[in-house]
Amino acid sequence: MTTTAAVDAVGLVKTFGRLRAVDGIDLHVQQGEILGVLGPNGAGKTTALRMLATLLPIDAGQARVFGVDVSREPHRVRQLIGITGQDASVDEDLTATENLWMFGRLQGLRSADARAAAKRLLAQFDLEEAADKPIAQFSGGMRRRLDLAASLITRPPLIFLDEPTTGLDPRTRGQMWDTIRDLVTEGCTVLLTTQYLDEADQLAGRIAVIDRGRKVAEGTPDELKASVGNSTLQVQLAEGADAELARQVVRKIAGAEPVLTPESGRMNVPLDTADRAADVLIGFRQSGVAITSVSVDKPTLDEVFFAITGHGADAEDDPEDDPDQAGAGAGHETVLEVQ
Amino acid sequence: MSTITTAGPASAAAASAGTGPLRTIDPAAAVARTRPRTTITEIVSQTLIMAWRALKKMRRNPEQFFDVTLQPLLFTAMFAYIFGGAIAGSPHNYLPMLIPGIVAQTVLTTCMATGVQLREDMEKGVFDRFKALPMARIAPLAGPMVADLVRYLIAAGLTFLTGVLIGYRPGGGVLGVAGAIVLAIFTGWALAWIFTFIGTIAKSARSVQGISMLFLFPLTFLSNAFVPVTSLPGWLAAFVKVNPVSHLVSATRALANSGAVTSQAGWTLLAGLAVIAVFAPLSVRSYRTHM
Repeated sequence: MTTTAAVDAVGLVKTFGRLRAVDGIDLHVQQGEILGVLGPNGAGKTTALRMLATLLPIDAGQARVFGVDVSREPHRVRQLIGITGQDASVDEDLTATENLWMFGRLQGLRSADARAAAKRLLAQFDLEEAADKPIAQFSGGMRRRLDLAASLITRPPLIFLDEPTTGLDPRTRGQMWDTIRDLVTEGCTVLLTTQYLDEADQLAGRIAVIDRGRKVAEGTPDELKASVGNSTLQVQLAEGADAELARQVVRKIAGAEPVLTPESGRMNVPLDTADRAADVLIGFRQSGVAITSVSVDKPTLDEVFFAITGHGADAEDDPEDDPDQAGAGAGHETVLEVQ
Repeated sequence: MSTITTAGPASAAAASAGTGPLRTIDPAAAVARTRPRTTITEIVSQTLIMAWRALKKMRRNPEQFFDVTLQPLLFTAMFAYIFGGAIAGSPHNYLPMLIPGIVAQTVLTTCMATGVQLREDMEKGVFDRFKALPMARIAPLAGPMVADLVRYLIAAGLTFLTGVLIGYRPGGGVLGVAGAIVLAIFTGWALAWIFTFIGTIAKSARSVQGISMLFLFPLTFLSNAFVPVTSLPGWLAAFVKVNPVSHLVSATRALANSGAVTSQAGWTLLAGLAVIAVFAPLSVRSYRTHM
């Protein structure tokens, strides 16, 4: 017997006025995996997730959660999911215990069971000391942890996490990552959105890259990285070095387009094998391109994003500003689609 | 299957709530446990939990009680001494007419606060979670309204108390006054659905206040709450007579002043039920779609 997909969404569309915030996205999440939905601000990640979580009506397309239709049976879907958004959705006027108790009771737990679940989760999320404090006194990290705890009271099999670590300090972010991995060990399936490439790389078994309401690529982190070469040569150009000349050298020797950050004089060169790095460096010396530092690494997802969409993950430039880039983004989809 | 489903999510979650080691989550079992809609028992229990939440918030933000405590005290004393002489010959003679009017007015103002506070509340993050939970859509609306019964009780009770302190002696006795208070609370609760509906369609809490004022002033002042209808020009008297607030005021007067249950009380009840029948479903629908 094949297991039902945790999420099976085909051609999701959401329009706000003239804006097609989500423009025909397919998402498939197998049971027990973490799917990372990666994209810059405003790409439509949150909108897609809110549609799957029954919080926004689906304008077109179809979505099933463990085989249950999201549009037709939202009430049943709500019994199968937990959702933690970007802004903590807990009650500011209640204490941590009261919050968890209330959410447990609203989902049919008896009072004593709700209290026990609250106690267990507060211990699990390291919030015992703050159990009886009003949320208003909580730090950002504590709030986020409580918010996630509130999604887990009835142990739903599917958890939606909308940018779970945005705004958290690195240490708290690490803790959150551990918690998310633990969820999967308990049998949960996780769909998370993020704009942090390292987060998707760290957590997700598969990544769907979303840009301007469309899915532009999907695959394992390794597959996505492979699409921009197996290694990356990072070069720091010396001050006053001719960046254009360096670019030409790279094109000639490595046969690839380097990614240049003009402000910092940093250049990333995608390579088939790390061996090619030496050739590029020799080429630099022969043409008189001065450099100050060199390293060879596995490519980061930042570079993947650049290669796929033609703009960096942080860039929010309008497609009209640069028609070439927009065209490059669309053209890459088939190349990278790895199912 | 059917025998298991009656145990529902509660039993499953109960197993998970225990202190022992947690079992691995089984999605297929979770799907089998899901139920297509909320039951009446769930609706009632969820509404009561939401009422518990609202009461907790009231206790932690006592300034929410300013309107229901200050208004009865201030208005009763002010109106009695300002209009008493002109309308009824003396403040004392005016009281039997005025107190039920003030009760109606404060209860209506309290209704408006229900809508404004609901709108404010709905803008908070926690409502996002309520929407994602498998709970009845009416519970987040009805819960705070159940809690607001406390506010209506304070508003109506305090008005009568102030009246008694400045010399009002209700002829209907304790029972009559209690009946008047219950009727006022019921009407307030029923009319609050109108303001709840406004709360779900308005853009902000501020606009709820604005729209509600637009209804509230004509309803309370174009009624027999403060002046006898006979003193009004014919066209205005015609409106005043059909104004539901007038019915409430007349019924409350009869109850408090002579302990009589009049046909006015019947009309008031009927109007209240009609408002609930229309605006409760409208509010739930609007909450479901707009929010």
